[in-house]
Amino acid sequence: MSTATASRPEGAAPARSYPSYAAPLWRRALLTREFAIIALLGIVYLYSLGNVPNFDGPLTLYYLFLDIAPILLIALPMAMIMITAEIDLSVASVVGLSSVLVGVLHQDAGLSIPLAALAAMAVGAVCGAANGFLVSYVGLPSLAVTIGTMALYRGVAVGLLGTKAVTDFPERWTDLAKERIFGPGTSYPTILIPFVVLLVLAVWLLHFSNFGRGIYEIGHNAEAAHFTGVDVELTKFWLFVISGAVSAFAGVYYTLRYGSARGDNATGLELQVIAAVVLGGVSVFGGRGALHGVVAGVVLIGIISSAMRLEGQTVNLINIVIGVLLVLSVLSTSLLALASGLLRARTRGKRPSSRRAVAAANPNER
Amino acid sequence: MKFRNRRIVAVAAVALSASLGLTACGGSDSDGGAKASGGGGGGDVSITFMPKNLGNPYFDTSDAGGKKAVGEIGGKFQEVGPDAASPDAQVPFINTAAQQGVKALVVSANDPKAICDALNEARDAGTKVVTFDSDTDPSCRDLYVNQATAEGIAKAQIDLISQQIGDSGEIAILSAAANATNQNAWIDLMKKDLADHPNIKLVDTVYGDDDDQKSFDQTAALLQKHPNLKGIISPTTVGIAAAARYLSTSSSKGKVALTGLGTPNQMKEYVKDGTVTSFALWNPEDLGYLAAYAADALVKGDISGKEGDTFTAGKLGEFKVGADATVLLGDPFVFTKDNIDQFNF
Repeated sequence: MSTATASRPEGAAPARSYPSYAAPLWRRALLTREFAIIALLGIVYLYSLGNVPNFDGPLTLYYLFLDIAPILLIALPMAMIMITAEIDLSVASVVGLSSVLVGVLHQDAGLSIPLAALAAMAVGAVCGAANGFLVSYVGLPSLAVTIGTMALYRGVAVGLLGTKAVTDFPERWTDLAKERIFGPGTSYPTILIPFVVLLVLAVWLLHFSNFGRGIYEIGHNAEAAHFTGVDVELTKFWLFVISGAVSAFAGVYYTLRYGSARGDNATGLELQVIAAVVLGGVSVFGGRGALHGVVAGVVLIGIISSAMRLEGQTVNLINIVIGVLLVLSVLSTSLLALASGLLRARTRGKRPSSRRAVAAANPNER
Repeated sequence: MKFRNRRIVAVAAVALSASLGLTACGGSDSDGGAKASGGGGGGDVSITFMPKNLGNPYFDTSDAGGKKAVGEIGGKFQEVGPDAASPDAQVPFINTAAQQGVKALVVSANDPKAICDALNEARDAGTKVVTFDSDTDPSCRDLYVNQATAEGIAKAQIDLISQQIGDSGEIAILSAAANATNQNAWIDLMKKDLADHPNIKLVDTVYGDDDDQKSFDQTAALLQKHPNLKGIISPTTVGIAAAARYLSTSSSKGKVALTGLGTPNQMKEYVKDGTVTSFALWNPEDLGYLAAYAADALVKGDISGKEGDTFTAGKLGEFKVGADATVLLGDPFVFTKDNIDQFNF
C-alpha cells in the first residue's frame, strides 16, 4: 500500500502520451531511448570507421543505403501502426506482389515503368485497405489478419508469375534505382530522395498533427481515445492503406534495383522491418516510439551487418549479434526500471521522511 | 529527486547500449582477425568463395576443395554467403567483396540476373569473377566452371531411372527452387531425353526449395498423389537425401526407385539399406578446386576467358577454356553400393 502511494507520481509518468514539460527541452530530447539508439549508432559508426578495414570507403554508405532503403521506407508506416498497438506482417508479401505486378504489367501488358509502378502501388493500397478493413471495421486482431494476408498476397505473387522471373527492364529505370544523387563517387543513392520526402511527411503526420496525436492515444487506450473524439477505426484503416502503398513503392524499387521481378522477392523482409522498428524504441504494446529512433534503429542494424560482413563474419553470427542487441534493447527498459526502482528504494530507506512528506501531501491517495 | 533518477536512468541507458554495441563489434573484430590469419599464408591472391547459402553440405565440400587449391597457390581464402538461397541475398556479400578489393570472387549464382549488376560493379573495381555450379548471364562474369554439361547430367539421370524401373512407368521430379538456373535446364533436357523412352511418363515436377523438411513433405505428397509412381528423380543433393529418408521408412521402400544427384556421405545409409540403387554426381571438391585454380589463372593473367586458353589446375591437370568462357570439369560419376565407400564428401 505504501509503495503504491510513493511510486504513483513516477509510475504514472511513462504512461503519458505527451512529454513531461517539467524538464528543459534539451533534457527531454536527449535523455530518451531514441537518443540512446542514436548514440549507439554514432559509436558503432565511429568504431567501424576506425577499426574495420575498407569501411571508410565511399562504397560503404552507398551500398548500405541501397540495401536498407526498402526497410527504411516500410519502417515509417510500420512504426505508426505499431504505436497504435497493431502490426502489419503482410508488408513483405506486398513488396513481392508489387514486384511481380511491375514485371507482368511491363512485360505482358506493355505498360511503361511509371504506369506499371503506379498500378502496383494502387494494388498495394488496396491490399492495405483490405487489411485495414478487416482490422478496423470487422474488429479482427491485426496479427491474425496480416498473417493470413501475408500468405495470401505472397500466394498471388507467386501464382501470377509461376516459376519464371521477369528480368527485361529498360536500363534507364534500373540505372535510376542505383543512381547517385551527387554524381559518381558519392555515397547517396537517389532512393533517398523519396525516402526523405516520405520521412518529412511521416514526421509531420505522427508528431505534429491531430491525426498523429490520435495514433498515440489509440496505443494507450483505444476506448479512451474514442471518447476524446479520435476516430479509432478510420485512423487504423488509413495507416494500413499507407503501409500497403509504401510497401508497394518499396517493391517497385526492389524490382528495379535487382532488375528481377519474382514472386519470392523480399521474403522475410517484414521481420527485418519489425526488428528495426522495435530496436528504434517503438513499444509493441503501443503508445510509445518516435521516428528518429526508428530511422536510427534501421541504420544501426544496416551498419552492424555491413561492418561485420567487411570483417568476413558469417551471416549467422551477424544474425546472432543483431538478435542479442534486439533482446537486450527490449530488456533494457525493464532492467532500467528495475534498477531505478532499487535506487529509489535505497534513497527512500536513507530518508524515510521524504515518503512521509509525499504521503502527507496526497492524503486522498490512501 | 525525480530529476536525478531520470537522468541516472537515461545515462545508464546510453552506457548500457553503448557497451553492448562495443562488445558486439569487439567480438567480431577479434574473430575476424583470427580467421583471416588462419585462412592463408599471406600471399597476394585473395580469393573469396560465395556459395548459394552457407550450411549446405554440397558447398561445404566444394569450398573445402577451393580452400585446398588456394592453399596450394599460396593465396588467401575466405568463404562468405547468405543463410538462405534467396535471389538477392548474395548481393550485399558481393558488394562487400568489391569494397574489400578481393582479387577474385568464386560464386554460385542463386539467380542469373539479380546479382548481375553487383558482380559487374565488383569487376569494375578490379575483381575477377568466376561462377561455378550455377551460372549467371555470361556478361556478368569472367569465367564459368561447369561441373558437367547439362546434356550429360540429364542423360545420366534418365539412364539411371530407366534402368531401375525397367524402362516403363510413371516418374516424377523433385527439384530445388522453382527458379534454380541449373535444375531447370536439366529438367528441360530430361524431358527431351524422355522422348527416347516412350513408356516412361513424367507425371509431376515439385519443388522442395533445397529445404530438407519441405523436400521431405513434397516426397510424401508425391506418393499420395500418384499411387502408381515408379520412380523419383531429384536433381539436387538436399532433395534426394530428404526423399530417401522418407522412402526408407515408408511402405514404398524398394518399390519406388529414387535417383538423381546426391553426395555419397548423405546417401551411404540409403544405398546400403536398399532404398537407392545408384545415383550420380561430379566431385564437388574437384569443382571448387578447379574454380580456385581458374580464378588464380585469371588474376595472374595466364588466361583471359578467351576460347582456347589453357591453364593447369594442380592435381587435376590441364584444362581448356571452351565457348562462352566456360571450363568443363568432366562427365558425371555414378555412385553404387560397390564404390560408395571410397568417397568421403
